[in-house]
Amino acid sequence: MNKNRQIEIWVGLFMAAGLAALFVLAMQVSNLGNAYSGDTFQVNARFDNIGGLKVKAPVTIAGVEVGRVQDVYYDAEDFRAVVVLGIQDKYRERIPTDTFAKILTAGLLGEQYIGLDPGGSEEYLGQGSEIAVTQSALVLEEVVGQFIFGKGQEGFE
Amino acid sequence: MRLFAELGAWTLNALQRLGRAHLLLLSMLRGFADMLRRPRLLLDQLLSVGVLTVLIISVAGLFVGMVLGLQGYYILSRFGGETALGLMVAASLVRELGPVLTALLFAGRAGSALTAEIGLMKATEQLSGLEMMAVNPQYRVLAPRFLAGLISVPLLAAIFSVLGVAGGWLVGGGMLGVDQAAFWNGMQEGIDFEDDVINGVIKSVVFGLVCTWIAIFQGYDCVPTSEGVSRATTRTVVHSSLAVLGLDFVLTALMFGE
Repeated sequence: MNKNRQIEIWVGLFMAAGLAALFVLAMQVSNLGNAYSGDTFQVNARFDNIGGLKVKAPVTIAGVEVGRVQDVYYDAEDFRAVVVLGIQDKYRERIPTDTFAKILTAGLLGEQYIGLDPGGSEEYLGQGSEIAVTQSALVLEEVVGQFIFGKGQEGFE
Repeated sequence: MRLFAELGAWTLNALQRLGRAHLLLLSMLRGFADMLRRPRLLLDQLLSVGVLTVLIISVAGLFVGMVLGLQGYYILSRFGGETALGLMVAASLVRELGPVLTALLFAGRAGSALTAEIGLMKATEQLSGLEMMAVNPQYRVLAPRFLAGLISVPLLAAIFSVLGVAGGWLVGGGMLGVDQAAFWNGMQEGIDFEDDVINGVIKSVVFGLVCTWIAIFQGYDCVPTSEGVSRATTRTVVHSSLAVLGLDFVLTALMFGE
């Protein structure tokens, strides 16, 4: 009986250690610990070019994360990309309708995310609203191309 | 002519072994129901298969993490990217090294022991003895060992990964002075729960199944002599390691490749 008890204790400790390790992996190592899991409302924004923006990229106001990109698709009607922003419910009816959405890059070569600049309107964004003013992603090749083209023009004059 | 005959015999033999292995797997799965009535059998096997493997897994995990910390720092500091050290250590552990190295160590530590134990049981006719007493050895002897392996390997892989991250943190944060906040934040930003952690766990479940299955089959199917048992033990380690490495490529291609 005594030996059986010991086996039980050791196996119990092993199971507990393994499950604790899985818990640490989930909460401390992965993004589950600080992920927002509450309700969100959806706002659409249309961009000419989204660059490398991906689903789950953060949406920020003044640098603070207020939501995540939920979906990105191409609208064949007006040849633009539609980005669906899932914004935390506590900001419902809190963000003005004339807010300016732009695609920014974290660091020189970092991930792309969406920054919102709140406008001054008295009307606010709710479920299904659309952000009218947007700025496309900065595509490095285009910038370099413009720079070289500009230099070429200078040479002719 | 003789060449073809040998090739044919070899193929038929291999197919027969494969068939026997699958029949054994089915029989062990059926044995799970029987085990609910005797949980004590599973408990004993969890001790010898799981608990006694924790030590080697922990030491290996800690040192692999520490080496990753050193090597990662050496490469990343060339690009001024030391802050990505946490992400590098955690991603390589959770996605690849945790499940794979755990399975390899498990095959060496627990798999070989399983094969030798079952092979010796067969050689000393203990399994036949059980059958004489109308006890199905596949239910009573093999199924608890199989389930114990299936439960242990994912838990061992999780312990390996956590201790590896701790080792990387000890070296990176403690010895080399990488910023603590950047280390943990980079890790949490870059590691996705579903894509990385869950996929790593799925990998280790598959590896656990394959390693334990191979070990038990080799023991149960061995030639019941001392030489046969020793060959079966060798085959367990070789086949398990090759199966783990091959399956790892397939699983990685399925999970992370697009």
